[in-house]
Amino acid sequence: MSEQLIECFRDLPDYLGGHILLSVSALVVGLAFSVPLGIAVSRRPKLAEWTQGIASVIQTVPSLALLVLMVPLLGGQTGFWPAFVALILYSILPILANTVVGLRGVDPILIEAGRGLGMSDHELLRKVQLPLAAPVIIAGVRTATVLVVGTATLVTPVGGTSLGNYIFGGLETSDYLATVFGCILAAVLAIVMDQLVRLFELAAQRRDRRLAWMGAIGLLILLAAGLYGPIRKLFGPSPEYVAGAPFTEQHILSEVMKEQLRRAGFTVNQQKGMAEGVQFLALRSNQIDCCINYTGNIWTVLMKEKQSAERSILRERVRRFLRESYGTIYLGELGFENAYALAMNPKRAEELLGPNRSQWTVSALAEQTRCLSVSISGDLQFFRRPEWRQLRDRYELRFREKKEADPTLMYGAVRDGQVDVIVAYTSDGRIEKYGLILLQDDLGVLPSYDAILLVSATAAAKPGFLDALEPLVANGGSINDAAMQQANRQVDVEGKSPRSVGLQLLEAISVRQKEQNRE
Amino acid sequence: MIVLKQVSKTYDTGQVAVCNVSLEVPAGQLLVLLGGSGCGKTTTLKMINRLVEPTSGRIEVDGRDVLSMDPVQLRRSIGYVLQGSALFPHLSVAENIAVVPRLLNWPAERIDKRIEELLRLVHLPAEEFSSRLPRQLSGGQQQRVGFARALAVGPKVMLLDEPFGALDPLTRDELRNEFLQIRRQLGLTAVMVTHDMTEALLSADRIAVMNAGKLLRVGTPHELLHNPGDDFVAALLSTPKRQADQLEALVAGRPNGGPP
Repeated sequence: MSEQLIECFRDLPDYLGGHILLSVSALVVGLAFSVPLGIAVSRRPKLAEWTQGIASVIQTVPSLALLVLMVPLLGGQTGFWPAFVALILYSILPILANTVVGLRGVDPILIEAGRGLGMSDHELLRKVQLPLAAPVIIAGVRTATVLVVGTATLVTPVGGTSLGNYIFGGLETSDYLATVFGCILAAVLAIVMDQLVRLFELAAQRRDRRLAWMGAIGLLILLAAGLYGPIRKLFGPSPEYVAGAPFTEQHILSEVMKEQLRRAGFTVNQQKGMAEGVQFLALRSNQIDCCINYTGNIWTVLMKEKQSAERSILRERVRRFLRESYGTIYLGELGFENAYALAMNPKRAEELLGPNRSQWTVSALAEQTRCLSVSISGDLQFFRRPEWRQLRDRYELRFREKKEADPTLMYGAVRDGQVDVIVAYTSDGRIEKYGLILLQDDLGVLPSYDAILLVSATAAAKPGFLDALEPLVANGGSINDAAMQQANRQVDVEGKSPRSVGLQLLEAISVRQKEQNRE
Repeated sequence: MIVLKQVSKTYDTGQVAVCNVSLEVPAGQLLVLLGGSGCGKTTTLKMINRLVEPTSGRIEVDGRDVLSMDPVQLRRSIGYVLQGSALFPHLSVAENIAVVPRLLNWPAERIDKRIEELLRLVHLPAEEFSSRLPRQLSGGQQQRVGFARALAVGPKVMLLDEPFGALDPLTRDELRNEFLQIRRQLGLTAVMVTHDMTEALLSADRIAVMNAGKLLRVGTPHELLHNPGDDFVAALLSTPKRQADQLEALVAGRPNGGPP
């Protein structure tokens, strides 16, 4: 079995359990909410229209956006709760709509018969309307089941645990095996849960209680499997949360931090692939204990600074800002920088900017963009970031075409000449591997992006926590640019797992530090 | 005994369904409400068990004002039979019959015994039919169960809304005769709605003819046939009479049914 597949199975109990727990609990609550709501509004056509309208609007909000919006709406809560609430909202429409349609579809003559025999409204509902509407309502539950199990794969960016961690993690680290693994499992889970719900439908049709019991027992077994992880953790020591953002380097560094903490005796829970905006909220509310971020990122996004500053000044201001506004500890630099830089294929650079490498600057490129057709590609967020506006306005960049692409794809695209310029991350291993060149930011518009280790206020107070992470930032940092680039390349290009590369990185650090101690 | 005193029903839309109807059904008698569709006969029937609330007037069942009673309790004390039986499709024959006894929390043995009695009364052997679903029964069998369900808790009063409407002529005739026999046997006071003149003439102790929400005439079949007293009633009742004459002629061997 390949190393990647072993890694996949290692995470299976957590990811599958998390996925089941999230989907089953959201469905149960969604059902308990939507059916009574459907009953309440089914007799009032106007109200039914309104409620279904609102539910439809919720449904049209892209699921990923709904999930991420839940974090600030729940006061910075990350992990299970925002995912849970968003999935409940998602399950409402199909169940509500089918409850209303099912109840309205009951033959009026039967309702009159029930009333004529002397049933109260409540008895009529329980004995006639609900049993007759049951097949339609259950069909709605089945739709909701498939929808919720599918959407639960998207909870990764808000720190939820699900099979989506395989899918996102795999996409972010070019590990397509993990992605396919996650997709297949999510599909199988959706089919299994759908069939379990179908048993209730058959039970209603065939008037066979045993089928309903089989469905209920099946769902309970699933739920127990989902609860196994959290309950086991309840009895263990409470874990420290190590967060990571959705790209390769962060996956590797998450393993590095986890291992350092584990060796110091902590129990660690990794929250991989969390959106950075979500991480800052979680850091402030002490829901995650540590993470890696970048000085320039905090400078432009959180501090909203328009002008760049000298590297050490920038560090100092970021350090102060984090302490004062977030109560977060800036433990130190890791020793490498992951900056934004414009990268090109050298052949294309020569065509556009001439053979003299000292002329390969952003200013020179800007001049060409104003008369030639030049295209640029960046990640999904770059063109909405302040850095882009500053670059564009200061250099007067006039690109003919601006493509947003997944970072994993853009390096290959610029190498193969599909795009002229990309917005590269300087620590990415593919710059060296593909022989790309970086244009010099000659006007100094972009800030520096030193990787820094951040620790939440509560985590910093735990005995031994800072000591465990200290070696990573000792002496101005333990990982230099070349080491990080190499590590990233091993994952992105050579197909190694972030875990094994992370452990290797840690090994190198400890060897070096022992040598230093000897001196 | 059922008494209606100047009962009217005007819907919120302003449409007058029933206007100033007064009727009396002595205990043990069957009154047929007869008229075309939209004449107000069904509305009149449904006001007796308050499926429709009267706008004005007074309705008494066995001397009690129905408007002062809890409608749910009222309906449980009155048998109700609908067109096409309206059995609950998700319940077996036995469960359909047991609906009202269960609402009244009868003990299980009593319910089982009652189901058996009733199925015998409507000529459906319990061992064969009690666990069947409505869709496994013929139209006639379904309506027999419909009668059994209405009789479950032994009501003294029964309301029937076109009970034989959806049946083929043979079954209809057979079922009507059985119903009339059961009714006499149990001494039920009953009101039945129909638009079928022959059925009305052959079933009723008395017939109430309605048109456009108004009561035109009340009388025994014999009285109405011989003294309709109203052009509409006369026209309505001339049809079965003419048919009967034609049939008589056919039987006597005059194929065209013409005069002798």
